[in-house]
Amino acid sequence: MTSREAGERGGRQVAARGDRRLAEQRVIATEAAREAVRRLRAVRGRLMFVQSAGCCGGSAPMCFPAGEYLTGPGDLLLGWVAGCPFYIDRRLYEAWHPGQFVLDVEPGMPEGFSLAAGDGLHFIVRTAGVEPRDRSG
Amino acid sequence: MRYVRPGEAESIVHVSSRYENFIDGKWVSPVKGQYMVNLAPATAKPICEVARSTPEDVDIALDAAHHAKDEWGETSPAQRAKALNAIADAIDAHREVLAVTESWENGKPVRETLAADIPLAADHFRYFAAAIRAEETRITELDKNTVAYHFREPLGVVGQIIPFNFPILMAAWKIAPALAAGNCTVIKPASATPWSILKLAEIIGHLIPPGVLNIVTGPGGEIGKALATSPRIAKVAFTGETVTGRLIMQYAAQNIIPVTLELGGKSPNIFFSDVMAADDAFLDKAVEGLVLYAFNKGEVCTCPSRALIQEDIYDAFMERALARIAKIKVGDPLDTETMMGPQNSAQQLAKITSYVDIGLGEGAKLLAGGHKAAVGGEFADGYFFEPTVFRGDNKMRIFQEEIFGPVLAVTTFKDEAEALAIANDTLYGLGGGVWTRDGSRAFRVGRGIKAGRVWVNCYHQYPAGAAFGGYKVSGIGRETHQMMLEHYSQTKNLLVSYDQNPMGFF
Repeated sequence: MTSREAGERGGRQVAARGDRRLAEQRVIATEAAREAVRRLRAVRGRLMFVQSAGCCGGSAPMCFPAGEYLTGPGDLLLGWVAGCPFYIDRRLYEAWHPGQFVLDVEPGMPEGFSLAAGDGLHFIVRTAGVEPRDRSG
Repeated sequence: MRYVRPGEAESIVHVSSRYENFIDGKWVSPVKGQYMVNLAPATAKPICEVARSTPEDVDIALDAAHHAKDEWGETSPAQRAKALNAIADAIDAHREVLAVTESWENGKPVRETLAADIPLAADHFRYFAAAIRAEETRITELDKNTVAYHFREPLGVVGQIIPFNFPILMAAWKIAPALAAGNCTVIKPASATPWSILKLAEIIGHLIPPGVLNIVTGPGGEIGKALATSPRIAKVAFTGETVTGRLIMQYAAQNIIPVTLELGGKSPNIFFSDVMAADDAFLDKAVEGLVLYAFNKGEVCTCPSRALIQEDIYDAFMERALARIAKIKVGDPLDTETMMGPQNSAQQLAKITSYVDIGLGEGAKLLAGGHKAAVGGEFADGYFFEPTVFRGDNKMRIFQEEIFGPVLAVTTFKDEAEALAIANDTLYGLGGGVWTRDGSRAFRVGRGIKAGRVWVNCYHQYPAGAAFGGYKVSGIGRETHQMMLEHYSQTKNLLVSYDQNPMGFF
């Protein structure tokens, strides 16, 4: 297993632990998100994700061409999803303590300067273990 | 009363089927001829189409701005003030048209746009008209023969990116100081709310020379980036989320230009026991102060989304607050009785819903709301959400992240020290509120909150003349105050010698 493959499964240390690794991945992707990334990569080349926060389109994962966003020591590489690195500000990660992010796609416009996830789609993150329910009235 | 929705026969707001970019004082079609549909959040139905611009259109707007910048930069402060005052007068004269336009496009209740957004937008133009005329620079006599003159000069052409939550007011906050200081601007409105500012341009566009104000609509990833990375802008201003804020600073670093950023908050609103010392108008004001989290359906950077209540009054105070929240009318944003309209987009609604699930998952107690609001009828597809209240702990994610919706997270504190500790336990520092009858404590706690704007015994007031901006990750710069003129100008020092004699070095 290459280091990237291990990383995509949640990091080398976690990968080495075998069966427990699935539960310990900090970010994973749905099949729809993987498919969106595959399509986008075919057009835009290598990609990266950065978790945003704050005003307006905060809480959205931003998708950029790889290297577009300069990461620094304050950023945490959460893992690799669909072949792309997924970063988050370390302080934000500590404040959110989300457990596991699940990258997904939904209808809607991309936030900020993010690339779209396809025609009329944007990337979102869900939090694993939090079940979306029908909350209609 | 209920305003007729824009585009219908009896409406005061005319809607064209398609809007072009506003460049060089004219309506200019996008180079690639692409358009995107702009939806009304109350019905999820189209309002109109707007240009889906590309970087080529940004270049054309920058050409126009650069062509206009020398002449505009050399106009006298009196001339610029006259133009800004004319803009303010035009906004006032079209208050209802603009209020209905912005309400329908954003979803905010028209009672807010009529009473706050639009009159404030006019006032911010008047404020900067006054500020630029009253501006004085410094002259220093360094010695008998040497004088340092300091002149303020415009930066030239600036780029400004506007958020969706106050499409006209946030534009006014940025346009007024930029133009007052003698700059030309290229504006990218939010992709979700491009129409309101185009309606504003219909009303004010002729009051300034062509090329001074240019508006290009389209996706952030294309034209926002093209604008922010352009070596032809001398400054960039942005309101939005943190990753784009950092990206904009990164691009600005590559061009060595200044930025101003406003990136949101998770503002604490602190209620001390003494607010309940009497059952009077002040208590009533304090209860409303808590309920203001629902202002603009919570889509406000300074939304008082964390309420910190001293534990001995928690039950009694929240009983009153929840009773007031239960009376919030959710529905047609164009009805003047409506207090909360729809969220701005389906994705905002989805995000808010997901945070309610996260809150429940973390064990927060749901005290009110928590569901999509069933408005029904013609609004059945609109993005309505119930005013929602959680009780929980400040370490929970719903206390730590800006939800940008009508979701209040409430907790309690024992004493002043704990109140401040909780208030400051956040990455953000944009706003805060303190409610107390004790004047000394009001000052002490107000100064103790690490945020750029702390409201004392009030909340959500945005008068021109009170500086607004963030501490910590909430941003850089102070808007709505004359100090913003410094962010839109550069200092020219003319160092003048009266001495007839050489220095003697060579």
